[in-house]
Amino acid sequence: MAETRTPLVEMRSISIAFGGIKAVEEASVDLYPGEVVGLLGHNGAGKSTLIKILSGAYRADSGEIHVDGQKAEINSPRDAKALGIETIYQTLALADNVDAAANIFLGREKLTRWGTLDDAAMESETRKVMARLNPHFRRFNEPVSALSGGQRQSVAIGRAIHFNARVLIMDEPTAALGPAETAQVGELTKQLKAEGIGIFLISHDLHDVFDLADRIAVMKNGKVVGTAPIGAVTRDEVLGMIIGGKCPPGAIPGPGASL
Amino acid sequence: MELLRKLEIDARLIGMLSALAVIWLGFHILSQGAFLTPRNLWNLSVQTSAIAVMACGMVLVIVTRNIDLSVGSVLGFVGMAIGVFQARWLPELWGLENPLTAPTTLVFAMLCGGIIGLFHGVLIAYLAIPSFIVTLGGLLVWRGAAWWVTTGQTVAPMDGRFRAIGGGIEGAIGSTASWVIAASAILAIVMSMLARRRRRAEFGFSLRPAWAEALVIILAAASVVAVTLVVNAYPLPPGIARRLIEAQGLAWPQGGVHIAHGFAVPVLIAVLVGVVMTFVTKRLRFGRYVFSIGGNPDAASLSGIKTRAVTMQVFGLMGMLTGLAACITTARLNAATNSAGTLDELYVIAAAVIGGTSLAGGVGTIVGAMLGALIMQSLQSGMVLLGLDTPLQNIVVGIVLVAAIWLDGLYRRRIR
Repeated sequence: MAETRTPLVEMRSISIAFGGIKAVEEASVDLYPGEVVGLLGHNGAGKSTLIKILSGAYRADSGEIHVDGQKAEINSPRDAKALGIETIYQTLALADNVDAAANIFLGREKLTRWGTLDDAAMESETRKVMARLNPHFRRFNEPVSALSGGQRQSVAIGRAIHFNARVLIMDEPTAALGPAETAQVGELTKQLKAEGIGIFLISHDLHDVFDLADRIAVMKNGKVVGTAPIGAVTRDEVLGMIIGGKCPPGAIPGPGASL
Repeated sequence: MELLRKLEIDARLIGMLSALAVIWLGFHILSQGAFLTPRNLWNLSVQTSAIAVMACGMVLVIVTRNIDLSVGSVLGFVGMAIGVFQARWLPELWGLENPLTAPTTLVFAMLCGGIIGLFHGVLIAYLAIPSFIVTLGGLLVWRGAAWWVTTGQTVAPMDGRFRAIGGGIEGAIGSTASWVIAASAILAIVMSMLARRRRRAEFGFSLRPAWAEALVIILAAASVVAVTLVVNAYPLPPGIARRLIEAQGLAWPQGGVHIAHGFAVPVLIAVLVGVVMTFVTKRLRFGRYVFSIGGNPDAASLSGIKTRAVTMQVFGLMGMLTGLAACITTARLNAATNSAGTLDELYVIAAAVIGGTSLAGGVGTIVGAMLGALIMQSLQSGMVLLGLDTPLQNIVVGIVLVAAIWLDGLYRRRIR
């Protein structure tokens, strides 16, 4: 594959424990530009926790994160965003009481030269972003709580892609969506990938992952069972990895593989 | 409804104004025409100021899903502190009636209140103690501390210039100054609305029709003029007017002279606080963060907002405003007593909540809270005018509060 290139992101031997319980143990994953890596595993397998370390929501107890081959310190969501790492959370993480523009620019507001909020400029950019994601969207001056599930999803995606993300983390991006909206997210993923953005796709849904991912990484009990290019393993083998921790011959085994 | 939407006026605001109108007319009729007089309205506005100032801070506190039960006690403590500060310490430093006394006291009060508020904020934000508990503790601690400042002695009198902050004759700015302020206010309203319109036009957004814009401006200007007419219709008492005339070396005419009160200083302070706080909540990052924390604390912190620092600052701001309110109250009483501000926390919270601040967090406006304060004070002052006993007044205020929140809940569920 792309071993000669520098990975966009490399997480090395990441561990984190909550009150003595090891949520993630010695996990290593990497991601190349223009690549979609599907992160699979049961609930509680540690995939969301691992990814929250990358997005700055948690701090790892040990391990290193490298971005563009350089060691990176990610201690807060702000640090992650400064490195171009954006996240679409499963819960969407929207402030329901403010409008789409306020959410998209939350923490990165545009200011006028007097230091006040430039709402008109933010609304204008929001219109551009939303025109791309959800062309029929018109409710720019209503709180996000008044929007439909798909519209809220668009706002969350808009927030992630508006600031020239290089790495996008999508945590169960289609869990709350209908079929049409799911297809739309799939289209968008392909489009972003073509622009050279690296994407971590976390999902329960094997179908989604096989559709969109170039590579998969499977986690079980906080450890990586194995990673594999999508063509090298079958769905049944991946299920075996998720459920039994069995690493098939086509995959590169990780510390979590049962022998 | 269609008209309101065109005008972009909040239906809630109209509801509150109608409630206020009903209360005012009701009392006017019940008191046989004693309520809607310049004199009563002027006093009402002065009595509302301290609560209105604190209600502005309480909106932010409640919006961030917190509560502050300590404001009445903090007001009592800061009131005692500034009493001693200006009646005992400052005179030793630079003598009585020094022009610097009033401004120094004002700064000292806001500093005191701000530090107390920040201290509460640290306990709430960084030690994760629920705000209800921290400020319940504060309610007891600061009331006790207020007593300790002078072991219960009342401190009086206050500095003459300082008394102006509390209203009264010293704190009435007269008719010319009132008209100047009214004119500048109207100018500011027109300018800000035109600026907003120009900005939206630059980006090609939809604008409200010109006639609607004009109507809103006319309504706003008319209310400013009406209020100014009312305060200018309230004359100084003849004795004081006479002293003023004679001080200028003029003769006191036979029929007397109408010297108007004009706006009261505490009312101007409250309005200024309202304008500044509205600016803070709507136009500054800080305000945006406060509201997003109230809407979804997790989302705010995942967006890189330092939620704990913001929470701490909100309490600091609440404390500063309480310090300011302490000045107004102390100046109005012309004395610092350790019982000042008792039960104010409940009036302040009630004002914010009647004004549409949701206890669930994330929702509230400064204008609403100030109107809420006016409604609460109108009820109280109306009942005093009718000669109702204090226990009965409390019963009525309690019932009105509960009923108002019930109605508000109904309204919110309906528009959803």
